[in-house]
Amino acid sequence: MIPAAFDYVRAATAAEAISLIGEHGDDAKFLAGGMSLLPLMKLRLATPTVLVDVGRVRDLSYVRDAGDHVAIGALTRHRDLETSDLLAEECGVLRAVAAQVGDNQVRHRGTIGGSVAHGDPASDLPAALLALDATFVVQGPAGTRSVAASDFFEGFLETTLAPDELLTEIRVRKSGATGFAYEKFNRRAQDWAIVGAVAVRVSGTAHVALVNMGSTPLRATAVETAIAQGASHADAAREAAVGTEPPADLNASAEYRVHLAQVLVRRALEAI
Amino acid sequence: MSGAMRIGMTVNGTAQDHDVEARTLLVQYLRESCVLTGTKIGCDTSSCGACTVLVDGESVKSCTMLAAQADGAAITTIEGLAQGEQWHPVQTAFHEHHGLQCGYCTAGMVLAAVSLLDEIPNPTERDVRLGLEGNLCRCTGYHNIVKSVLAAAESMRAAK
Repeated sequence: MIPAAFDYVRAATAAEAISLIGEHGDDAKFLAGGMSLLPLMKLRLATPTVLVDVGRVRDLSYVRDAGDHVAIGALTRHRDLETSDLLAEECGVLRAVAAQVGDNQVRHRGTIGGSVAHGDPASDLPAALLALDATFVVQGPAGTRSVAASDFFEGFLETTLAPDELLTEIRVRKSGATGFAYEKFNRRAQDWAIVGAVAVRVSGTAHVALVNMGSTPLRATAVETAIAQGASHADAAREAAVGTEPPADLNASAEYRVHLAQVLVRRALEAI
Repeated sequence: MSGAMRIGMTVNGTAQDHDVEARTLLVQYLRESCVLTGTKIGCDTSSCGACTVLVDGESVKSCTMLAAQADGAAITTIEGLAQGEQWHPVQTAFHEHHGLQCGYCTAGMVLAAVSLLDEIPNPTERDVRLGLEGNLCRCTGYHNIVKSVLAAAESMRAAK
């Protein structure tokens, strides 16, 4: 399968990328690792007329200790997250979740920023970032703005990013080396989650987020409230699907996804 | 819109330089422009791993990478793994431990294993099974493939 024809331009810096995308209009797309965009283009579900390749903007690939948080460049690859000593120490959950994205080959190419900007509710990292109350730094022609993860994801493959805005950095709280779990349920090791549940202990409370239980990654707020009010893990986990609208597809019915969410959230809570 | 461009890369140590359309996939470039057909197209949806090659030493599915993204990179395909008549230890191990049957997945499987052993020189069986999760084989059932990779790891450590 071959993508529809497009023009390809390569940016050396974030500023150049934003200027190039501005020149080429709304049908231009940023290309990072391409692990989500290229399959869509091969299926002709996406037909951008211009690709602005940001894959070589090397100064957007880093994991840094920024004092009260960890700063991650948007073009940091999953491979670099799963082998990061800093993340192991300061934000173990992100390292563990990155290690479950796709397979080795995908993790050698795919980037955290690409995954977030793509906005697929079945992706692993966006839910983990939602659980961590991450902040996304976005650069556009008018300057830089910060968006809370809870305000970023607007719908299926839709985010608050304007076509000419580039996600440049992800900031996450220091949640420590332990006290987290990611329960991912799928049929083949390399697949997207049919349902996933991320749980992180944050200053005595549990933050819980769900993969593939709606059109965006979701916080399981009813579970978090129940835990805060002293409910047992089992009782709290029964609230896992409250407020969700799980999809039905070849892998699972909506009812089965509700069941999976409850079981996976219970396991995740028990593990933290 | 033609999207035509000129790209170059080093493939198995040889400089390659071709005019391509921007939409050319790396696997097409290797098979059609470089005429290196050892790299196979399997599922064409980045699931099966048959098209795995090394880009700057790391395993990548060449059906899901544009040739333009590899411009300037060093590529290793199955044709470039042996040193003259001397097979790569992973190739030898696949031969000795019957790590293949029909052979269609083998080029990708071998290159994924080379990349895995570069990252984890002393893997457990679980490391190998997890490390090859991006490569599907429909004949041997993986058992001999895992044996082959573990044997290759041992012979590569012994040779150091």
